[in-house]
Amino acid sequence: MATDREYDRGGLKKVSVVSANAALIGGLIGACRDVIAANAEHLSELDRAIGDGDHGTNMRRGLEAVYAERNRLVQLPLPKALEEIGFKLVMNVGGAAGPLYGTLLIEIGRQLAGANGQIEFTRALERAIDAVARRGRASPGDKTLLDVLYPVHAEVVRRAGLAGICEEAERAASLTFGMRAMRGRAAFLGDRSIGHVDPGARSCALLTAAICRFLEEQCPA
Amino acid sequence: MSGMNPKSANVGIVIVSHSPLVAEGAADMVRQMVGDCVPLAWSGGNAEGGLGTHAAGILAAIERAWSDAGVAVFVDLGGAETNSEMAIEMLGEPRSGRVTICDAPLVEGAVMAAAEASGGAALARVVATAEELSP
Repeated sequence: MATDREYDRGGLKKVSVVSANAALIGGLIGACRDVIAANAEHLSELDRAIGDGDHGTNMRRGLEAVYAERNRLVQLPLPKALEEIGFKLVMNVGGAAGPLYGTLLIEIGRQLAGANGQIEFTRALERAIDAVARRGRASPGDKTLLDVLYPVHAEVVRRAGLAGICEEAERAASLTFGMRAMRGRAAFLGDRSIGHVDPGARSCALLTAAICRFLEEQCPA
Repeated sequence: MSGMNPKSANVGIVIVSHSPLVAEGAADMVRQMVGDCVPLAWSGGNAEGGLGTHAAGILAAIERAWSDAGVAVFVDLGGAETNSEMAIEMLGEPRSGRVTICDAPLVEGAVMAAAEASGGAALARVVATAEELSP
């Protein structure tokens, strides 16, 4: 299957959408929930500067809702689990982040489930990120989580390995510091949004890093 | 998040605001100016009652204001629109095709649309009437 080969030379080599098992799905849910719980206050603080200050609280509520159902979710095939986690986030995160993160996971799940699984993970990820961009009517450079998602996707495509992907996510989130917000409530601030890291980009980098760290522990290179 | 008139042949109206007070207040104005012959519901605030919007609440409001003639949704700021789009998708086909988010001012749009809907106008006409308010 294409997805197995896709990771042959990357750091994700032992992770395959077909062989994803309960321990993997459960571990990823736990890693994401833990990193958001540990950083919720930090995320809300970033959001207080250029938004309404609830990004951390919203994300924590969403991830806790997913975590509470992990025993059921881990029994599902990976694409279905991703889709259901996405809907959980939509229903529980709220704000703009709920629909955006929700769309990302729902769409990755649907892309993987469609075409009888004959789609490469990188392609599914790309389509899902494009769906997020459409949902938010945002483009790269608008100071949103897209400014982390697209660079992360590029690293996955060039098989940077887990450490490289993780590093790029952090770097990309930091770069939103200098950007002027074009979408969301931060856009009302205009130039005053410059000089703050975007909370959505930050949470996206934190989640990416947590996922990479977890996968590295599971399957060290 | 109060729903009112459950069933009607007229197009339904849903009001979505980051503030429960704004959403409820706008719905009150619609009710007072147009009466009971239009299905009407609102969703305001996040899941915890603070300022914000959430798809689950909007989905529930669309259900309460449901009419086979369709539903026109009025939103305030960005997240209200994004969450409304998500809620409409979750409604599923074919009903999702009969819900439209109006590009119109929240209060004036909802009142104008409800007035049009109360006369039995089709969804497209109701939406067009509200959107004429936007330059």
